Parts: sequence; C-alpha cells; structure tokens
Amino acid sequence: MAKVLVVTSGKGGVGKTTSTAALGAALASAGKNVVLIDFDVGLRNLDLVMGAERRVVYDLINVVQGDAKLVQALIRDKRLPSLSLLPASQTRDKDALTDEGVANVIGELKEKFDWVICDSPAGIERGATLAMRHADVAIIVTNPEVSSVRDSDRIIGLLDSKTEKAEKGERVEKHLLLTRFDAVRAGRGEMLNVDDVLEILSIPLIGIIPESTEVLRASNLGSPVTLSNPVSPPARAYFDAAKRLNGETLEVAVPNDRRGLFGKLFGRRAA
Amino acid sequence: MRLINFFRRPSTAPSTAPVARERLQILLAHERAVAGKSDLIAILQEEIMAVIAKHFPVEQEAIKVNMERGEVVSTLEVEVDIPTPMCPNFPLPKKSVRAAPPPADDEQSSESDDEQSSETAEEDVARTGTEG
Repeated sequence: MAKVLVVTSGKGGVGKTTSTAALGAALASAGKNVVLIDFDVGLRNLDLVMGAERRVVYDLINVVQGDAKLVQALIRDKRLPSLSLLPASQTRDKDALTDEGVANVIGELKEKFDWVICDSPAGIERGATLAMRHADVAIIVTNPEVSSVRDSDRIIGLLDSKTEKAEKGERVEKHLLLTRFDAVRAGRGEMLNVDDVLEILSIPLIGIIPESTEVLRASNLGSPVTLSNPVSPPARAYFDAAKRLNGETLEVAVPNDRRGLFGKLFGRRAA
Repeated sequence: MRLINFFRRPSTAPSTAPVARERLQILLAHERAVAGKSDLIAILQEEIMAVIAKHFPVEQEAIKVNMERGEVVSTLEVEVDIPTPMCPNFPLPKKSVRAAPPPADDEQSSESDDEQSSETAEEDVARTGTEG
C-alpha cells in the first residue's frame, strides 16, 4: 500500500529539500520504490539538490495540465533506479496547480510507487496546502530555534484541519525531524534542546540531524547526503529516520555532547 | 582572580535557551487559543445558520458571531439580519414588519391589517399588486 509523505515546516531554509532528498534516497536504497515531488513552483530546488537539474524536460504543471504524460516528466535517478523525481515548474505560476490535477497525479503515482514524498514549499499558502492535502504521513522539519518552532506549530494546526484525512475525521501521522542540531550549544544552554522542542510541539520524534558540514558538501555535489557520504553522522540519522518511517522501532539517539573533560568541568557550572 | 574569571567565562555566560523556551510556551498557548476560537466561531455560525434557515431564508453573511473572552465572563454576540418577507426592496408598514410573517402566512396577516386601519390595508394591497 503506497504512502504519501509530506515534508513540511512553515519556515523556509530549515532543510525540507535536503531532508526530502536524503530520506528518499535512504528509502530507495532500502529497496522501496520512491518518487519525490517538488511542490515549490517557481522556486524549484529539489532537482538541483538531487543533481538532476539538467535532465528536467517536463514538470508537475505540464502533467497537471495534460501537456505531458506522467512517465515523460518523471526523472529516474542515475545512482538508484528505484528513486524518481517529479520536478516543479520554474517558470509557471503556482496558481496553475489545481486541486483536482494534483489529486490525479498523486493517485497515479500511488499505483507505481511505495512512497510518494511531497517536498512542500515554505509558507502556509496554496503550494504548501496542496503539498500536504493528500498526505498520510507528515514530517515536520524544525530547527531548534524560536521562529522555526513557532511556524512548525502553525503547520501542525493546518495538518489537523486542511488535509483530506482531517476532513474525513482521520489523522495525518505526524513526526518531528529536528535538523541542524548542535549538541554542544544545546548543552551550554545556548540552543533549545531536544526535550524543549518536543514538549512544546508534542509530536513524536523521528530523528535528530546534527549540524554538519557534510550537508552543504552533499548539496554542492548534487547528491543526497545519504548517498554522498552514507557513514557521516547526518546520513546515519537520515537512514535511521527512514527505518522508523518503514515501521521499525529504533531508539532516537540524542547526539553526544562531545566536549572534552576540560569543557565538561567548566561548562556545566552554567546550570 | 583574573585567571579564575578566564576559566569561568564560558560558564557564566547567561544561557538563553530557557528564555526561548518560556517565550515560545507563552506565545503558542495564546496562538493556539486564538486558532481554536476562530474554529469554534465558524462552527457556531454554521449551526446557528442551519437553525434559522429552517424558518427564514437567510444568507451566510447575514449572521455575525463574535466572541469576547474576559477574565471572569466571556460574551457571545450573535447578530442576525433577517430579510423582510417577500420583497426586501419595498418599504413595508411597521406593523407588518413586526409581524414578520413567513411568505405562506402573508394573506392572513393582510386580513388582520384590514381590520386595523384602512391606510395600512391600502399599502398592503398596493404591495401585493406590485408583486403580482
């Protein structure tokens, strides 16, 4: 049974596209058939992060409007044959996306894939609500920072009211993905810690992605971090999150505060 | 003394995360209440509309629901504009407006007006004439 997953956040720049690419590649390398849909019409970037920017011929809007067939628009990943991408349009207006057209595309993709992952644009406007509309599962990407947490709270409210599931009286399964987490700074009381964010948003945690230079390196190369360096800490965290998405129960490890003895002796006095 | 300060500097820097946490908790408690409130009002508006629509033809916009939360007492204000029967553009005598008869009862109310004053009766006749 295919599942529709929306990767959303409200706030921009918290790592939705990075996480979509990394989780998609992790699920695909675990043998699942995965398609990633970029809903950020006019500001597409998933193609770039996936390294497929020169292979885009048709896009989501072409398919919605019937100018191209779905198979013509899908780009199959060169590294992982079970991973495909449906890019957003870079030139068209987001109003060209119709509710019915999106429903048809997602319906068709559900027949061919195990996971349909929708990369939501930032904000709470039409693009974001369309991306979450048909979701069974939602990942709310959040940075340990006040504006991101506030916007995530708003998005959680929308997931509970504006989705197809919510309108039928059902619930979208919601998971928190905490990204750009810096254990040292959280340990020093400079950054919200994991428990703070969990207590405020009160949704289950699916993973903690540590702040890492590997993430930028991966996007420079046009490769999901789970493919460019699968043993790096962020990649491991994404692989574990993907396993949890597939129903495995794995304890979420809070990244270690890796200060030396000196730092611990003098740093803890703050509390 | 200075040497001790040098070592203590990182630890004495005030930690800001608890402030962030507290600000968020207060803000989100407020924002969630506001979001919940507007939902409640939308539901009330819809249900009040359904009840009134059984008896009068009303538009969705004709019902205004407002809630004010006070510390001790909250007030719910409901304002409903009901269209004047039959012909909203035609000025009706006050008496018939007060009676506010549903369309089916119109003839009956005209009869009772007849008995009261000839002037009102004439207007009622004129009104029926215009409509017919």
